[in-house]
Amino acid sequence: MIKESSLVPANAVYRETVPAGDYFMKVVKKGQTFRILDLEGNQAADTLFYNADDPAERYSAMDTIREQGNVYLTAGTKLISNQGNVMLEIVADTCGRHDTLGGACATESNTVRYALEKKCMHACRDSWMLAVAENEEFGMSKRDITHNINFFMNVPITADGGLTFEDGISAPGKYVEMKAHMDTIVLVSNCPQLNNPCNGYNPTPIEVLIWN
Amino acid sequence: MTDNTILYQDRIAGGCHWSLRMRRGTSLHLVDEEGGANVGMLFYNPVNLLERYNAPDTLKCQHTFKLTRGNCLYSDMGRIFCSIVEDSVGWHETVCGNLTREMIIKKWGEHSYQDYHNDWYQSGHDSFLVELAKYGLGIEDMAANLNLFSKVEVDEAGNLRYATGNSKAGDFIELRFEMDTLVVLHTCPHPLNNADDYPRKPIVYQIRKAAPVTDDDYCKNYRPENQRGFKNNEIYHLGVEA
Repeated sequence: MIKESSLVPANAVYRETVPAGDYFMKVVKKGQTFRILDLEGNQAADTLFYNADDPAERYSAMDTIREQGNVYLTAGTKLISNQGNVMLEIVADTCGRHDTLGGACATESNTVRYALEKKCMHACRDSWMLAVAENEEFGMSKRDITHNINFFMNVPITADGGLTFEDGISAPGKYVEMKAHMDTIVLVSNCPQLNNPCNGYNPTPIEVLIWN
Repeated sequence: MTDNTILYQDRIAGGCHWSLRMRRGTSLHLVDEEGGANVGMLFYNPVNLLERYNAPDTLKCQHTFKLTRGNCLYSDMGRIFCSIVEDSVGWHETVCGNLTREMIIKKWGEHSYQDYHNDWYQSGHDSFLVELAKYGLGIEDMAANLNLFSKVEVDEAGNLRYATGNSKAGDFIELRFEMDTLVVLHTCPHPLNNADDYPRKPIVYQIRKAAPVTDDDYCKNYRPENQRGFKNNEIYHLGVEA
């Protein structure tokens, strides 16, 4: 569902441009609104959420899609934790559909999907590994890296059980916005994938904005 | 697919949980005894518990939402825990997770152990927590699980629909293990099953000796990705006798 936001970027309390292949890790406080902006279009933002007070509670793709009875995320979707709590709610979305079944790229899964000799190409999971290593204050490790949301990514499921990675339905300036229902660690990998259309074969920067 | 040597056979009642270590070169043959069974299942590498079943990788690597014969079940490290070598059902799902205790009470009322003993209503969520804790694992390690024998369809708008009657009495699936694997499982109801009463469906499981994987193996050739997955397993086992 397309829903525009009334928030003005000039009033944001925080703005950061995240280049492709880099990560963003920061606590968004309860009540704050957080936007991911697809600056140049067709860019996947692989995102994980954790309860800042207890990172063992985290975004759960399974609980989220089961509770809303739908596999796609858009405005109105409540992002549910593995303990059944609403972590954030999508309050604005100018893209209309986001994926949470395709997971993130990893060097190891790249070998299976594309070719064994691509094993050293940069991948989302490597960005997350660096993120947990560089941000020890959160006490996180590989076991905390679970099934993510792919904002701006188009992964249609068919009635006969197919799943494909389609060309993105995002475009320059499209965004998705969430309101935090708890203090939430936001961990985004701005996807470096070069082997499929999720980034239009040309990974580009995103901007993250936060409002009080 | 297998030489059908049954090494062990047992039965697990509905609403229960168990875990076991499967060895490379053996198969786990599961039979839905009465029809309508659901088996929640997770895999871990016993020598590196951080390597675990990865549902998104499994689905996207094979461009599928459903799982059936020919599909391989992948770890997050690009390796294949097991291949689905036999399947009389045709559709197993891996995205709907488990019921919690609270959801069970909402659906079917409270049946505590105190009041009902072995007829209590166990949840898939608690079942996994119990089995995982035996290996030092916890809720952080509970990845998206398989729900074998259960089918959930998705329409064009993305809506989920639970298919009743997907698995009939006597239906079976056989998983051939391509590496040593810790298997954690429960027989608790599927979260989208809206049966009037708590469905308590038993399964029979057999551990069989699997025939060696040949170059023309169905699962290995089901997708070009699976050939590469098998190659990763081969590299992992270099220097180890098959």
